[in-house]
Amino acid sequence: MFEYIQILGQEVYKILFVLVPILVSVAMIVWLDRRVWGLVQKRKGPNVVGPFGLLQTLADALKYIFKEIIIPASANKAVFVLAPIVTMTLALVAWAVIPMSEEFVLADINVGVLYLFAVSSLGVYGIIMGGWASNSKYPFLGAIRSAAQMVSYEVSIGIIIINVLLCVGSLNLKEIVLAQKDLWYVIPLFPMFVIFFISALAETNRPPFDLPEAEAELVAGYQTEYSGMMYAMFWLGEYANILLMCAMGSILFLGGWLPIIDIYPINLIPAPIWMITKILFLFFLFALIKAIVPRYRYDQLMRLGWKIFLPFSLFYLVLTASFLFYFDKLPKGNF
Amino acid sequence: MLIHSIFFYFFSVIAIFSSLMVITSRNTVNSVFFLILDFISVGCLFIMVGAEFLGMIILIVYVGAVAVLFLFVVMMLNVAEQKQSWFIGKKSTHIPTGLIVSVLILLELLVVVGGWKYKDNVMSSSTLEFSNISNTHQLGLVMYTDYILYFQMAGIILLLSMIGAILLTFRQRKGVKKQSYFNQISRNPSSSIELKEVETNKGVKIDD
Repeated sequence: MFEYIQILGQEVYKILFVLVPILVSVAMIVWLDRRVWGLVQKRKGPNVVGPFGLLQTLADALKYIFKEIIIPASANKAVFVLAPIVTMTLALVAWAVIPMSEEFVLADINVGVLYLFAVSSLGVYGIIMGGWASNSKYPFLGAIRSAAQMVSYEVSIGIIIINVLLCVGSLNLKEIVLAQKDLWYVIPLFPMFVIFFISALAETNRPPFDLPEAEAELVAGYQTEYSGMMYAMFWLGEYANILLMCAMGSILFLGGWLPIIDIYPINLIPAPIWMITKILFLFFLFALIKAIVPRYRYDQLMRLGWKIFLPFSLFYLVLTASFLFYFDKLPKGNF
Repeated sequence: MLIHSIFFYFFSVIAIFSSLMVITSRNTVNSVFFLILDFISVGCLFIMVGAEFLGMIILIVYVGAVAVLFLFVVMMLNVAEQKQSWFIGKKSTHIPTGLIVSVLILLELLVVVGGWKYKDNVMSSSTLEFSNISNTHQLGLVMYTDYILYFQMAGIILLLSMIGAILLTFRQRKGVKKQSYFNQISRNPSSSIELKEVETNKGVKIDD
């Protein structure tokens, strides 16, 4: 029994070692997002609290903590409180399988990609629960929109993942990265990378697909009735999800922790730094797109997902499979 | 092993409790939430016996897609109205039907498990060798060799039912205004803006 407790202690220590940096980087990433947004619009963005305004998010979080949590009288209280918890937990739980380097991974499981996909598809529940439990029109409309949007874009993300898996022959995230030692998949699967990126925008409800919280139509969508710490948890979960999508993109297409070229001075840089750089690069693109692209209309969004992305990624799947089969490059697997 | 059995009983108790709550809870949305909890704990049980692929697929397909659509439909229903007619109504027509269906399912389970028990070679396969390859590989090896016919048939049945569902709900409505994306995107100022000299007291006719 004592052994178990010891193992448990070690695991808790490891989990904290992953969770705390993620929470801190979520705070930093919110600052980066607002800063990029400001600079694109020739504003300065948050630059007052701390050096370069770096502590702005902490100040915001402090403000949220001290605000009163208001639960509407007609809300379904249990579900209402559960919704932000679900969002935040799911966003953090997925980080367990993300490999930061060959050794540095919390849970090296066989079905890593499926786990990531499952957790990101569960993310829709936080939003639906929040929207329904608020018992108010705008949150409900926002929740319905977001559920339809996330379900539709998951389909094309799934097919894009199958594209990558065809080239790798394993569901393990580590093996996916190691298979890109010679060639990052962003080069042969470039159209898939673009579609993955756009679908990730839609999956995380980022502009130009932020229809669930389109303030011009729905006040703030599913977050309308939330206040104080509960709103902050939605917010943190959302940004943790965005970071997760960036990590997923860098693992599937940008070669994870691998350096750009494997030659002497460059490969001295430690692996986690490469991973972080790639995540930040993808996040920078996320932030840029928020600043420069107008919001889609809902029917345009659905058309893009079902009529363009889905057929195109299916077509590319057949193309990849036929290419690999014809040139006899299908992964043989290690069995 | 102790921890293993603790987790097993933990997930099974949650699964049984939530499946009971699905049929007894008064609020239909709550029962869908319990259904989701049930799916999740069944997925966890699958992972515990080492079938991590099946567990994840249950999470992705049932929880991530099917239950979302359930939730969608149930949320759209008027829950208060449902309470009146389904649960408190005097003449309940659901119990006989439910009984018939559950007896049928029980019989099917008995047939399947019985066959399993008395015919040993049901489980054996010509291609599968139990070695330490991952169960995703094992599933693939069996599914695309021994059971390729059933696999493809299941796929075709699903495709047919999808086409059928679309055909049943598809109707051409008349008088619906639709926008052509191509025309919308290819509009430019010269074709959509026109300057007109307006004479005083005469006005101008727009839209012709």
